[in-house]
Amino acid sequence: MEGNIAELGQYIGVGLTAFGMGFAALGVGNVAGNFLAGALRNPSAAAGQTATLFIGMAFAEALGIFSFLVALLLMFAV
Amino acid sequence: MFSLLQEAATHAVEHSEGEIVGHDAAHGTDAAAYGADAAGHAEAAGLPQLDLTTFGNQIFWLVVTLVVLYLVLSRVALPRIAAVLSDRQGAITGDLMAAEEFKQKARAAEAAYDKALADARTEAQSIVAQNRAEIQAELDAAIAKADAEIAARTAEAEGRLREIRASSDVSAREVAREVTAQLVASFGGNADAASVDAAVDARMKGAVQ
Amino acid sequence: MATEATGGGLEFHPMDQFVVKPLFGGTDVHWWTPTNVTLWLALTALASIALLVLGTRGRAVVPNRAQSVAEMAYGLVHKMIEDIAGKDGLQYFPYVLTLFMFICFGNMLGLVPTAFTVTSHIAVTGVLAMAVFIGVTVIGFVKNGSHFLELFWIKSAPLAVRPILAVIEVISYFVRPLSLSIRLAGNMIAGHAVIKVFAGFAAIAAVAPVAILAVVGMYAFEVLVAFVQAYVFTILTCVYLKDALHPSH
Repeated sequence: MEGNIAELGQYIGVGLTAFGMGFAALGVGNVAGNFLAGALRNPSAAAGQTATLFIGMAFAEALGIFSFLVALLLMFAV
Repeated sequence: MFSLLQEAATHAVEHSEGEIVGHDAAHGTDAAAYGADAAGHAEAAGLPQLDLTTFGNQIFWLVVTLVVLYLVLSRVALPRIAAVLSDRQGAITGDLMAAEEFKQKARAAEAAYDKALADARTEAQSIVAQNRAEIQAELDAAIAKADAEIAARTAEAEGRLREIRASSDVSAREVAREVTAQLVASFGGNADAASVDAAVDARMKGAVQ
Repeated sequence: MATEATGGGLEFHPMDQFVVKPLFGGTDVHWWTPTNVTLWLALTALASIALLVLGTRGRAVVPNRAQSVAEMAYGLVHKMIEDIAGKDGLQYFPYVLTLFMFICFGNMLGLVPTAFTVTSHIAVTGVLAMAVFIGVTVIGFVKNGSHFLELFWIKSAPLAVRPILAVIEVISYFVRPLSLSIRLAGNMIAGHAVIKVFAGFAAIAAVAPVAILAVVGMYAFEVLVAFVQAYVFTILTCVYLKDALHPSH
């Protein structure tokens, strides 16, 4: 099986970026879970905070997307 | 593992490995055309998103689209929707105000009805009171009349009784005097009239009262 | 790296759907060439116009379905700006609604099979994000002058940590267009690529049912993501607008 060491490194790196996405998933789940816990304690205040929920999820998710971007760059641009 | 065609194409130029070339050919003419295109540009990256040669094209058409969309939305769509929404808001507030007006009217009508009912009731009560007063007055008058009549009759009767009593008193005294005079005479006495009268009066006092 | 593709009949080309091609043949993409990007940008604009202009042409007090949806989109964005950026943010409402409609329909139309997703390209989302970034910065300086810089100088923090916070704030300010554009494009690329990969697995008979179910599930998820990403882009635009209009708090 032929190939060069740089390609091997690329693919290992791409695999490692999957960890980043997994941790971003943890973050998004944390945001949603805490929102739900708070919303169940005080349901009347929950409706006004959905915008904040989405902003928080977007920020947490963005970092996962960054790791996805790194994966794409490793695969196709390096 | 992803095997991207354009990468294959660039690698084919570099390595000319039989396997990769075969893979390239297997993808068909469309893909081969793109592969050639990608290989043709020096800065063409594997990812289509990073192909800088298409950026000018995308940005130009995007700006055209956004400007058109912005103009149409801000000139046509938004004023129309805003007008519809404010119309609806106006209709709703108008209906609410009309409902409020009707409610006021209903309340006024109810108040008028209540007032008429109360008026009728007080009027009826005053009529009843008036009638009762009239009847009472008539009754009082009749009673007074009857009382007067009774009093008159009583007085008349008393007068007659007194008359009778007076006359009986006088006649009893006469009788007593005659009887006394005769008794005295028969007993042989000679009674003068004055002493007989005194004796009869003394006797009669208390008897005839 | 091509061994699997030639070996088992499995062919993964998840990125081919993003290739920019001229519409009428040829290979060169000049800046004026009508490409598939042009076509789908035009369809996106036409869909937005169809909903917001044709949908409301009845001007009915009691709306029909299309008018209800148009009013819902209008109300969503209007309320978002009013709640987050305040009343004085409403003068930028047409532009924010344009952004929302464009991104939402771009994402949704991208989910049509064989469609081209315009919002999956960094060039497109980068222009959208840079427009927001530059616009918000200009508005901030025009409305507040040098007071706009107080956004980076946090008065409520102790004096000692303010320079450090200022550095962090400046960095996060300049990362905004990057994160806006990459979030949107990354979500679109990832979702479409994953659907393509699952579709590629359907070539193996043994796992085909699972693959097809996965494609259906991913598709439903992508419909949700398409809306949520448009919503998030718009809401972050409103947050940045709030920073520009009221930098001190």
